[in-house]
Amino acid sequence: MIKDITIGQYLPGDSVVHRLDPRIKIILSTIYVIDLFLINSFLGYLYVAIFTALVILISKIPFKYIFKSLKPILWILIFTGVLNAFLTPGNVVAKVGPFSVTDKGLYLAAFMVIRIIFLIVGTSVLTLTTSPIALTDGIELLLNPFKKIGVPAHELAMMMTIALRFIPTLIDETDKIIKAQKARGADFESGNIINRAKNLIPILVPLFINSFRRADELALAMEARCYRGGEGRTRMKQFNINKNDYLALTVMLLFVVISILSRR
Amino acid sequence: MEYMVEVNNVYYSYRKHEQDKEHLALCGVNLKVKKGEFVVVIGHNGSGKSTLSKHINAIYLPKEGDIFVNGMNTRDISKLWEIRQTAGMVFQNPDNQIVATIVEEDVAFGPENMGIDPEEIKRRVDFALRSVKMEEYAKHAPHLLSGGQKQRVAIAGILAMKPKCIILDEPTAMLDPSGRKEVIDTIKKLNKEEGITIILITHFMEEAVDADRVVVMDDGKIVTEGTPREVFSKVELLKDLGLDVPQVTELAYELRKSGLNIRQDIITIDELVEELCRLR
Amino acid sequence: MPIKIKNLTFKYMTGTPFEKTALDNVSLEINDGEFIGLIGHTGSGKSTLIQHLNGLLKPTSGEIYIDDVCITAKGVDLKKIRQLVGLVFQYPEHQLFEETVYKDVAYGPRNLGLDEKEIEERVKKALEVVGINYEKYKDKSPFDLSGGQKRRVAIAGVLAMQPKVLILDEPTAGLDPKGRDEILYNIKRLHEEYKITVILVSHSMDDVAELADRLIVMYKGKNILQGTPKEVFKNVETLEKIGLAVPQVKYLVNSLNRKGFNINEDIITVSEARDAILKILRGEEK
Repeated sequence: MIKDITIGQYLPGDSVVHRLDPRIKIILSTIYVIDLFLINSFLGYLYVAIFTALVILISKIPFKYIFKSLKPILWILIFTGVLNAFLTPGNVVAKVGPFSVTDKGLYLAAFMVIRIIFLIVGTSVLTLTTSPIALTDGIELLLNPFKKIGVPAHELAMMMTIALRFIPTLIDETDKIIKAQKARGADFESGNIINRAKNLIPILVPLFINSFRRADELALAMEARCYRGGEGRTRMKQFNINKNDYLALTVMLLFVVISILSRR
Repeated sequence: MEYMVEVNNVYYSYRKHEQDKEHLALCGVNLKVKKGEFVVVIGHNGSGKSTLSKHINAIYLPKEGDIFVNGMNTRDISKLWEIRQTAGMVFQNPDNQIVATIVEEDVAFGPENMGIDPEEIKRRVDFALRSVKMEEYAKHAPHLLSGGQKQRVAIAGILAMKPKCIILDEPTAMLDPSGRKEVIDTIKKLNKEEGITIILITHFMEEAVDADRVVVMDDGKIVTEGTPREVFSKVELLKDLGLDVPQVTELAYELRKSGLNIRQDIITIDELVEELCRLR
Repeated sequence: MPIKIKNLTFKYMTGTPFEKTALDNVSLEINDGEFIGLIGHTGSGKSTLIQHLNGLLKPTSGEIYIDDVCITAKGVDLKKIRQLVGLVFQYPEHQLFEETVYKDVAYGPRNLGLDEKEIEERVKKALEVVGINYEKYKDKSPFDLSGGQKRRVAIAGVLAMQPKVLILDEPTAGLDPKGRDEILYNIKRLHEEYKITVILVSHSMDDVAELADRLIVMYKGKNILQGTPKEVFKNVETLEKIGLAVPQVKYLVNSLNRKGFNINEDIITVSEARDAILKILRGEEK
């Protein structure tokens, strides 16, 4: 059960999208998201749908993975839709008990739902085609210029790397602790909420203690390997922005222009 | 300079809790390790062997006495990073010393910290992974490797810093027999082929058989040292200290005690076979 | 408490391309009061096997009977099984969580719903068995103890359930020779005094050779060898091929026999070897 959680849901591949520089991909995704909020017509969203579908096709990600990423937010979508449909003032088109649905409400609901769907699909394309490490590197490199104003770019990236490195280890460890306490007669499946929360103590305490121990040892090992923060550090992996990256950027800008022209 | 590591009359003590008494972990340790030497430090938990190893990497500083690594005093703060690069350190738990999510990225961590040119880092990473025979796994995620493989990645991470000396603090304690063998074989190879000085901390006697020198610690002091042959022949002393001896050495000792006239310093099966054939 | 394992198969991640068979049609019988050494290298399936014995894992197919009760059937009271079959995981000290040694050891009995007096009795007894002084340590924090002591307290936590079968996964891993000997001594005493069935999972041949009545060797999810230590260690080549070492004495005996000594092939311990060699050399002297 706990082992089924997947982090970063990266799908290795060799498409043009996969090979884009992570910095460019993060910038592209940001532009895409901003564009989603600028668009205010269904025609605009039609363009977005075509553009997004094309990107997915080029990236060779099976559509089923894209839909899978929408599953967890299904309830948010329904909630947003319903809330907008009922709470927006306008001409009443239907009545459900004391609540009424308005034409404006329906319009807005459809709008919001479509917007969220594209938001999730767009960012999923980013995480599905970019390994967590590349993503971390990209964020660090993009934040680097802001170091002067106090943004801890390297430290943030280091924290993300370590978190990614230790998540599988901690999941394994949690699994083991749960089993060990079960072997001592612990029952995590029954009882009321308070009892269940209490029952978590025998899992959480060892997990925390072990994590602190690991953190201690890791810090020592990092120091022994001459780690002293980001200052004066070099990187083995160099990122180069090439022809494809510029092409992608151009295509994205063209798309933004077209979609903004669709504004009413 | 003849010595890689010089430990001169070192004392160290610490407190576990504020209210506790000072615990004397090292009292008057003297040790000189020659360049290219393979030294095994043996002793049970709490004998001070781990504390000593952390001094050589300047993680701890002695309360009294001095430690020199390739001529540099570990008290000299300006030399700290040079000392840590010269004397690399491998720890017991392979899980807790791998930083990155990809093997080659982890191996690059040390050289990156040292600010080395990317092209050179790449060369070093390739070389280090080849030296520990992990080149096939360069792109793998470390958490899916076996214990022995993880520990070899950790060694590669140190090698990529081009150290002159590697200190290994019980690197095999958490491994199964095949993992243990992988790691020990790697260490021996680095010592022979690359001429790297090795200080191996362990409580497994078998791992000391091929060392140039064995140092036995107890209660913060060095109790005895010498070639494996010299040290292993002191069966009674080792047993008193709660340490194992290889089964053949123990058998030879038992046979001598029962009145057989055989050599006292037997450490391999072949030696014992030869002695027994002579007696027949 | 006899254990019967019939055609046990366990597969990970079934239905995905990552499907892996961890246990492949394993059938075994363990007698009441037996001391079993379960050996195999990492990934051989030994840890998976023992997690089936107290219902922590459900087999893909096959059955397990403990004291003639099928524990793999539906609707079995797993809590009761887990009380009868105590399982000590590797590095059990990493699961300690209470403020005091007493409370931690009492966790199991408390889960069984026993009254306070009975719990105290059991905690006392369990700590005594593992050689931890009850009065001196009961109110101490388990995290202030030494590594070997922590492990013994953790083992006591399982013993306080008063299981009829005790399974220990690598109980000596990471300990120094002294700590190892203490734990093994405790296990041996437990087996002898309380007549409980012990399954000791280990990759140290030297440890199991002297303690176990019977060895079960696992390789790639199958039990490929079983028998008394003497019988199993005769298969030096098979054991080496699957990455397990044989006690050094065994190699010595084989070498000596190749040189014309006529030593009993059964010998696996230092004292047996000493006696046999002395007998041959003295016999020849006469």
